[in-house]
Amino acid sequence: MNTITGKVWAHPGMIDTNQILPQQYWMQKYGELDLAALGEHAMEGLDATFAEKALAGEYSFIVAGENFGGGGKSMEHPIYALKGVGIKAVIAESVSRYFFRNMINNGVLVLIKHDISSFANTGDEIAISPGEGTIRNITQGTATKFEPMPEFLTKIVESGGYIDYLKKAGS
Amino acid sequence: MKRPMTISEKIFAKSAGVEEVRPGQIHNSRIDLVYSMDFLGKVLFNHLQKMGVEKVFDSSRVVICFDHLVPAADVNSAEQQKYVREAVGKYGGTLYDVGRHGIMHQMVVEKGHVQPGYLAIGTDSHTPTGGAVGAVVAGVGATDAAVAMATGELWMRVPEQVKVTVVGEFQPGVTSRDLVFSLIKRKGWDGTTGAWAYKSIEFTGPTMTSMSLDARLTTSNFVSDMGAKNAIIEPNEFVLEHFRNLGIEVDPVYSDENAEYEEEIEVNVSSLPPLVACPHSPDNVVPISEVEGTRVDQVVIASCANARIEDLRLAASILKGRSVHRGVRMLISPASQSVFAKAINEGLISTFIEAGALVSQPTCGPCYGAQMGLLASGEVCVSTTTRNMKGRMGSSEASVYLGNPAVAAAAAVAGYLTDPREFVEVQ
Repeated sequence: MNTITGKVWAHPGMIDTNQILPQQYWMQKYGELDLAALGEHAMEGLDATFAEKALAGEYSFIVAGENFGGGGKSMEHPIYALKGVGIKAVIAESVSRYFFRNMINNGVLVLIKHDISSFANTGDEIAISPGEGTIRNITQGTATKFEPMPEFLTKIVESGGYIDYLKKAGS
Repeated sequence: MKRPMTISEKIFAKSAGVEEVRPGQIHNSRIDLVYSMDFLGKVLFNHLQKMGVEKVFDSSRVVICFDHLVPAADVNSAEQQKYVREAVGKYGGTLYDVGRHGIMHQMVVEKGHVQPGYLAIGTDSHTPTGGAVGAVVAGVGATDAAVAMATGELWMRVPEQVKVTVVGEFQPGVTSRDLVFSLIKRKGWDGTTGAWAYKSIEFTGPTMTSMSLDARLTTSNFVSDMGAKNAIIEPNEFVLEHFRNLGIEVDPVYSDENAEYEEEIEVNVSSLPPLVACPHSPDNVVPISEVEGTRVDQVVIASCANARIEDLRLAASILKGRSVHRGVRMLISPASQSVFAKAINEGLISTFIEAGALVSQPTCGPCYGAQMGLLASGEVCVSTTTRNMKGRMGSSEASVYLGNPAVAAAAAVAGYLTDPREFVEVQ
């Protein structure tokens, strides 16, 4: 996977699924996974300006604390909200099980690093090299390493998600 | 020699077609059962359509239960259900439609779909409930379910193993709900720490060996809220008897004696009092004595956690010959139509109605504030359901206390939270 660069939105605490996308938006349009419609409310539970700024290209990555996407929800809608505003990766100290699977399966990179929340502030520009397992903070001039994701999961993300990966593999 | 393995590891190895597995490995695994519900229908079948298949991989291994909004509560849910009905007709699978329905985590066990030794997945956060029969049962999102429905396979990470050994005997009025409350109090729930995130939690010990299937299902149900991948309990005589009664031959799996665990915990339930999870978090657990006297507006016995026949029997034993306190509304929704029928045959429903309780059909509705008995601001509810975050059962200004069915029934009679052991003992 190639190096990806962009700006960070950082929140050091735990972020649950309801904050990423408040529950009242999950069943819009019979629950359809509409990227644009769900994106409008991305991170609304924490930052009312997030969606607009991310959509304008101000944020490409989320840097977060423990148990990102916790709350025990298997719904994929919050991930579509993040995808809908162009979020390319989430880097967190730990990630809830459902959120981890659902992000990979829907083609969003997820990296786990235990001390990451102090690595970048909102607005910092960073560069992630998934293959090498490095993240550079261009704004602060620092760098850190992470355990690269298993190759199989990286391939799923590169394909854009689990279904696209399988369709490619089958064709 | 093969590495000694836990029951979960053995099931993961069998499903991956390998001799042995280790925690952390990722395998492409054969899936024995996929289940879902009305609520996710459109998303799930849109994904399946994208997979480009004409039929599910094996229609006997796909089950859809209508439970989240049944019967249809609005046009939105009616359209969803119509869509899913047609999709199951087209792609194949068993559909439990209105009238033959129940909460999915009860239905897949009650009807024998999830069996000992299985690797099963479901699209709901309380899916690990099914692990009570000695299967690995994990919750997934709709993409995973669609892939498994199309191919019969899924990528699976072998989780770290945790052993919980349970000893002792519950006091009357104390149940397996209190056992799992004592664990979530120690470990935290998935909305905070996710202490058991990704892990496989195995319950074992003499208390589990003698525990009924209903009580085992409550145990595995609540572990779902601790971030775990699965909760599993080796089959006991009650589990094997359940499948014999259904005429289903099973192939149970058991842990090796010297299998390795990342963490081992022992719980003695003999001295356990009834516990209550206070607003607004399932891990805000205290002994009932600390909240004694808290005034109550509504009492609910429902959901995949505690609305099975044993739960109804326990509640009825307290309500028999007593009345629901004036000023308290008591709502009861059995976990499935079969549980409902059994409760009618045993006279439990008459007991509830004579006491002044409302009995409704099986639905997830009250548990997540979707239908049947939403709370107004300032109201206090005691419930046997799964979660009590702000707004979970209606107004975000309402307060929900979670407890076992005896705690709920005692509160309904008294009009305030009180120790149910006083009610049970006078029987």
